[in-house]
Amino acid sequence: MSKYNVTRRGVLRTGAGAAAGLTLPTYLRAAAHSGFTNAPTGDTVTLGFNVPQSGPYADEGADELRAYQLAVEHLNGEGDGGMLQTFSSQALEGTGILGKKVEYVTGDTQTKSDAARASARSMIEKDGAVMITGGSSSGVAVAVQALCQEAGVIFMAGLTHSNDTTGKDRKANGFRHFFNSYMSGAALAPILVDQYGADRKAYHLTADYNWGYTTEEAMASSTEALGWETVNSVKTPLTQTDFSSYIAPVLNSGADILVLNHYGGNMVNSLTNAVQFGLREAQANGKQFEIVVPLYSELMARGAGQNIAGILGSQNWDWKLENQLGERYKGTNAFVKSFGEKYGFPPSQAAHTCYVQTLLYADAVTRAGSFEPCAVVEALEGFEFDGLGNGPTLYRAEDHQCFKDVVVVRGKENPENEFDLVEIVEVTPTEQVTYAPDHPQFSGGALGSCNNGA
Amino acid sequence: MLGIKGKDLSVFLLVAMLALLAPFLLNPFPVDSAMAQFNAGYPDLMQRFVIFGIFAIGFNILFGLTGYLSFGHAAFLGVGSYAAIWMMKLVSLNIIPGIIMAIIFAALFSVVVGYISLRRSGIYFSILTLAFAQMSYALAYSVLTPITGGETGLQIKPGDDPLLSNLAEGEIGRANLFGLEMGDSAILRAGGWEFTMNVGYYVCALVMLVAFYLAIRIFRSPFGMMLRAVKSNQQRMNYTGLNSRPYTLAAFVISGMYAGLAGGLMVAMDTQVGPERMFWTASGEVVLMTILGGAGTLIGPVLGAGFIKYMENIVSKINSTVLHEWFAFLPDGMEDFLVTIFYPFVGKGWHLTLGLMFMAVVIFLPGGLVEGGQRIASIFRRGKKSGAGDESAKQETPAE
Repeated sequence: MSKYNVTRRGVLRTGAGAAAGLTLPTYLRAAAHSGFTNAPTGDTVTLGFNVPQSGPYADEGADELRAYQLAVEHLNGEGDGGMLQTFSSQALEGTGILGKKVEYVTGDTQTKSDAARASARSMIEKDGAVMITGGSSSGVAVAVQALCQEAGVIFMAGLTHSNDTTGKDRKANGFRHFFNSYMSGAALAPILVDQYGADRKAYHLTADYNWGYTTEEAMASSTEALGWETVNSVKTPLTQTDFSSYIAPVLNSGADILVLNHYGGNMVNSLTNAVQFGLREAQANGKQFEIVVPLYSELMARGAGQNIAGILGSQNWDWKLENQLGERYKGTNAFVKSFGEKYGFPPSQAAHTCYVQTLLYADAVTRAGSFEPCAVVEALEGFEFDGLGNGPTLYRAEDHQCFKDVVVVRGKENPENEFDLVEIVEVTPTEQVTYAPDHPQFSGGALGSCNNGA
Repeated sequence: MLGIKGKDLSVFLLVAMLALLAPFLLNPFPVDSAMAQFNAGYPDLMQRFVIFGIFAIGFNILFGLTGYLSFGHAAFLGVGSYAAIWMMKLVSLNIIPGIIMAIIFAALFSVVVGYISLRRSGIYFSILTLAFAQMSYALAYSVLTPITGGETGLQIKPGDDPLLSNLAEGEIGRANLFGLEMGDSAILRAGGWEFTMNVGYYVCALVMLVAFYLAIRIFRSPFGMMLRAVKSNQQRMNYTGLNSRPYTLAAFVISGMYAGLAGGLMVAMDTQVGPERMFWTASGEVVLMTILGGAGTLIGPVLGAGFIKYMENIVSKINSTVLHEWFAFLPDGMEDFLVTIFYPFVGKGWHLTLGLMFMAVVIFLPGGLVEGGQRIASIFRRGKKSGAGDESAKQETPAE
């Protein structure tokens, strides 16, 4: 280390100076002049897009970011306007939000709650973001949602499917458009019974973490209510890549259905193993053996390739909805068209939910006439809308969860191209997937009151 | 002063000065300028600088002095965090009990891990600690979900009503120090500049100075000398009839307590815990910090921690739009060309940049950033005094 000539006087002088500097500006508290955290003052407003850019969900993160960029373009009146034309609320005019041009900052959640919170905090504290959105896992969504509640900004969740996000970890400043484990179970169960019969024995393989648990619980309780029996459920480590040792016992367990409560790389690997073990061709209890994947995504289907053919699962949205099921799902084509023109391929469901969340936020601010979080919360609570691709949708006030139709899909036997891997089997209507806000699978949480922050 | 003198005292005062003035030093650019992207003076990042500084100082007591490379230190950080958040949920929103419990629990856990792992040395020791850390991670992620909250972790919820705090019904508790909330900041505006002085940061900085002071005392004590002896030749030490195990175990526990302190502070600043905090990459990160800064030196780990956290938080946020803004003055073709070249190294590519920097440091500056500083200093000094250069080389040759 180099030499420093530190004198006693020097130290005292600097110390005194610094102390004076510290005491001086206390009246300039961040709280004093704005009324709420990061109130936009200039002619721009900053949104924070916090998506996984590295780690297991980087592909989804990249697609989310594309959707956000598209949403910002449309809000600022560039491009063809996308869903702005089909949105039932016509408050947005393509002039930014409340006349302020929309700008954005991006961050990497790394699919870790610590990293996600660090990134979100830097957006709030440094870049002055007034709303945070994005993410591709429930752990991250819950962590960032709690942070936003504390800091007094709005959180519009991206892809998060665990019941907890709007269940036991629900927060007044957080909103989820994506569907959840319960809805997957409720939507899938009748169709499974319809397709495979009521006298079935299911074997669950479940990813050993929070989302896996809620999905297994939802699937088991919905199918059992319709006569199925759950033979066994086995937890698999999240880091597992070879599922042979978990698949082998399935055939001799007396089960004739395998439910894979897996997502991402887990699901691609376990499904591939199951197909390699010949489960698709096997017979059990005199019936054809079947495999079910509760949460589907196009990106996973692409990873699993041929193995996905004929397998049932549920989705929040699919880009073919309006073409196949008509006017009820309007908005879908408008979004697919602008996304396709900009990027050259159709959007994933993660992209759709993120795009819609951004529009919903902008619309709520416009209708409330203010960026103030509590005003936005009030505008979104109980908000009914249409024309955003999912049909008529409700943002329920009790838990800030969107209620809309759930799409049940099946892997295509002969896909025409790499974006057309799933076919829509049926759309389960909203009423069938609606539950009480204090449903046992969602109990133990409280919204609290909205927080305007500083 | 305070039982430290000479060079140590100047290093300590330098660190104290840096910590005190960090909000100003880290915000050198006006808010509206294009360079504001590189400002790091916001509360969250400043808190992370000092917290990871503490973590790395503690790690350095083990690795820098005894040469035992623990690859599972994040486990102690995690244990400390979980202990602290439970104290806040159940006992008091004041951060002091939480931090004390964090240190105690990390100490207990490190006694167990150290007692077993220290039976081996070298690579076997590293593997054992790594195994313990991964085991803790797996436990927190799934098996112990009722205690740790599993993947979603733990936070303070509206329903939590700590024994010693009076919260209104439905109010979410905030971490405080005798009523001073950690999130409170004073903002000083001068011209285009904006400086945020955050209560939480100064609490962290104060704790870091105490931790740094203790580390200096340990480095200069007979105990520290014993640890250095372990590093240079443990076998010879054992042959002289001296049992080195108690010393290494003590060093292990002390560094575990530092990690617990860091974990407790993390919770105090940002009241949540997730199991990723214990993942092996988190353990690897502190090794990188220590080596990057200079293992075995006093100030090295703090510099390394700051460097890595800066990369993670600042470089990762530069996206292609920002790059386009920077090069907007160039002709279109040139602009796109430069953006294409730089893009892989920023944003999600920050790992790549960090990796290259790390390689450069390890190859050209084996003593870490501290050695870099010394080389620069010696260039300036060579002209003035001829004797100073070799004196500093003799005193501060990094241990590894």
